[in-house]
Amino acid sequence: MSAAAHEGEGSSSSARVWRVGADIDTDVLAPGAYMKHGIEVIAQHCLQAVRPDFAAGVQAGDVIAAGANFGIGSSREQAAGALRHLGVAAVIAPSFSGLFFRNAFNLGLLLLTCPQAGELQEGEAVQLLLQPEGPQLLRANGQQLACAPIPGFLMDMVQAGGLLALLKQRNRSATHGV
Amino acid sequence: MNATPQTLAQKLIARAAGRSQVAVGEIVTCRVDLAMFHDSSGPRRLKPMLEELGAQIWDTSKVVLVLDHYVSTGDTDAQKIVELTRHTARQWKLPHVIDSEGICHVVLPERGHLHPGMLCVGGDSHSPTGGAFGCYMFGIGATEMLGVCVTGEIWVQVPRTLRMQWQGTLQRGVCAKDMMLHTIARLGMNGGQYQAVEFAGPGVTALSMPERMTLSNMSAELGAQAGLIAADATTVDYLRATGVAPEHLQDVSNWSSDEGADCELHGFDASTLPPQVAAPHSPANTRAVADFANVTPGIAYIGACTGAKLEDLRAAASVLKGRHVAAGVQLLVAPASAREQQQAEREGVMQILRDAGASVLGNSCGACAGYGASFSAGATVISSTARNFKGRMGPASVDVYLASPYTVAASALRGRITDPREVLA
Repeated sequence: MSAAAHEGEGSSSSARVWRVGADIDTDVLAPGAYMKHGIEVIAQHCLQAVRPDFAAGVQAGDVIAAGANFGIGSSREQAAGALRHLGVAAVIAPSFSGLFFRNAFNLGLLLLTCPQAGELQEGEAVQLLLQPEGPQLLRANGQQLACAPIPGFLMDMVQAGGLLALLKQRNRSATHGV
Repeated sequence: MNATPQTLAQKLIARAAGRSQVAVGEIVTCRVDLAMFHDSSGPRRLKPMLEELGAQIWDTSKVVLVLDHYVSTGDTDAQKIVELTRHTARQWKLPHVIDSEGICHVVLPERGHLHPGMLCVGGDSHSPTGGAFGCYMFGIGATEMLGVCVTGEIWVQVPRTLRMQWQGTLQRGVCAKDMMLHTIARLGMNGGQYQAVEFAGPGVTALSMPERMTLSNMSAELGAQAGLIAADATTVDYLRATGVAPEHLQDVSNWSSDEGADCELHGFDASTLPPQVAAPHSPANTRAVADFANVTPGIAYIGACTGAKLEDLRAAASVLKGRHVAAGVQLLVAPASAREQQQAEREGVMQILRDAGASVLGNSCGACAGYGASFSAGATVISSTARNFKGRMGPASVDVYLASPYTVAASALRGRITDPREVLA
C-alpha cells in the first residue's frame, strides 16, 4: 500500500483536492465486476463512473472532498482499500456511511467529518492539521475548517497504517515482553 | 440507584459488553457470539492476513461460512475463489459451512444459528437482517473481521434508537418491502445515521418472520448499524422450528425496549400505504407505484436476501397464478435458499412461477451483487432486490426500479409497472 501523507499528531501536510458529489456508493468506489480481482485492479476503476480521470491522475497525498453520505452501500472494504492504494491521504465530507467509516480506519484511511467540506474547490491545496482537539483543514486563503474529533484509538489505527499493522505491532510487543 | 430505562439496542450491547447497562454514545468492547462471512469477504481475504499474523480463529464453533456470492456465476476467476474458500474451510476445520444452498442472511437463521439476545457480526452489509430475530447484528469489512477472528471482540459505539412505529396493518398486495422503500424515501439513504433502528407497532408485529427480515435487511439502505425487532411469539415459533435449543427461547420478552426508554420516534400508517417503487439510481428515489405507469421493464427479477424468500415467492405466485407474463418480458426468479425453494415447490408456488414463464436461477446472490451474472446494456429492470445504484447490476446504462415481489410480478404480467392490487384476484 502507498504511504499516507499524514505523519502524526500535530503534523501537517499539503494536499490537492479532488471534488466529488454526494451519495458516492461503494459500487462506484469498488465496482462489483472487478471485485474478483486484487486491489491493484479494483483501484484502477475507483470512481470511474463519476470521475473517469481520478484513478490515473490522483497522486499520493491528495485528498477527496465529497458531499454527504460518502461510502454508502456494501461492506466491501476494497472501497476504502482502493483509495488507500492510490495514496489518498484523507476523504473530507459532511457525513459518511458508518460501515465505510469503520472500514476506512481499519485500513488506515483517514476520514474527516467536516460540515463545510463542500466549500473546498477542485484542485486547491489544503493542509491537514491533526490536532488532539480535532483535525483542522487549512486553506490557501487562510480559512480554517474544523472537523469532528476522532477517538484516539482510531487515530492510532490510522497512524499504524490500519488494524492489521496494529495487530502485528501488538504481536511484536507481546513477543518481546513489552 | 434507579436503573435508566434501556432500549433493546442498549440491552443487547450491555450483555455482550458484560455490563448491567450502557449509555448512548459510549464506546464499549463486546464479545462476539457469532461471526458470519462469505466467499467474497471470508477466507480469500482473511487467510493471507491470519497467516501474516501467525494467528488462528478464536473459536471456530462461533463462525459460519456461507458460499453464496461467487457460486453459480460460471466464471473461471469466480470458480477459483470458490475452490480457495472450500479448501480453506477444510484447513480451518470450520464446523459450520453452508455451500451453494442459499444467501447468507437467509440460511443463517434457517439453520438455527440466531436467537434473541446475541451480538453478531457479518462480513456483508445486509447483516442487520439478524436484527429481526432480536440479535444485535451488523456488517463489517474483512479487516475488521480479521480483528474479530483473532480476538473474539469488537468495539461498538452505543447507538441512539430510531423507533419506526407502524400503526394499522397493510392492505393485501402491500408488504414489508413497500414499508422500507417508503421509510428510506422519508429518512434518506443515510437517515439511519449508523444508529439502531427498531421496528415496532401493530403493523410490524402482524408480519411473518420472512417479512420482518425484509425490514431489518433494508436497514442497511437506511444507513443504520442495526435494524432490531423485539422477539415475540412469532419469533419463538419460527426459531423453534429451525431447531434452536429451548433454553435460548425462554424469557425472550426481556429482549425488548423498556417502557420510557429514550428514542427518536417516527410514526407511520401501514393501512394507507400504497405499493412503492424506487426509480434509478437510489432506493431513496421512491414514490407510489401509480407514478410509474409509463415504465415498461423488459426484465422482472425476483431475487436476493431482500426479495426472494419464501414469502416473496408466495407473493409473486399469488399475482401470477394461472397467468403468463407479457410478451417481451423476461421473468427471472432466484430463490434465496434451497430449503425455501423446496418448500415453495411443495406448495406449488414454483410451478405457478414456471407456468407463468419464469426462468429459475441458482440459490445465490446472483445479479444483485453484480459480481458475475448481470444485466446487459440498456436494460430496464424491475427488481425485488435492495439496491439500484448506477452500474451495480450491469453497465451504467441499466435502469433498475426497485419494488416488492407483488409489484414485480404484476409488472411482468402487464409489461408495464403495475399496482399489484389491480391484478390480485
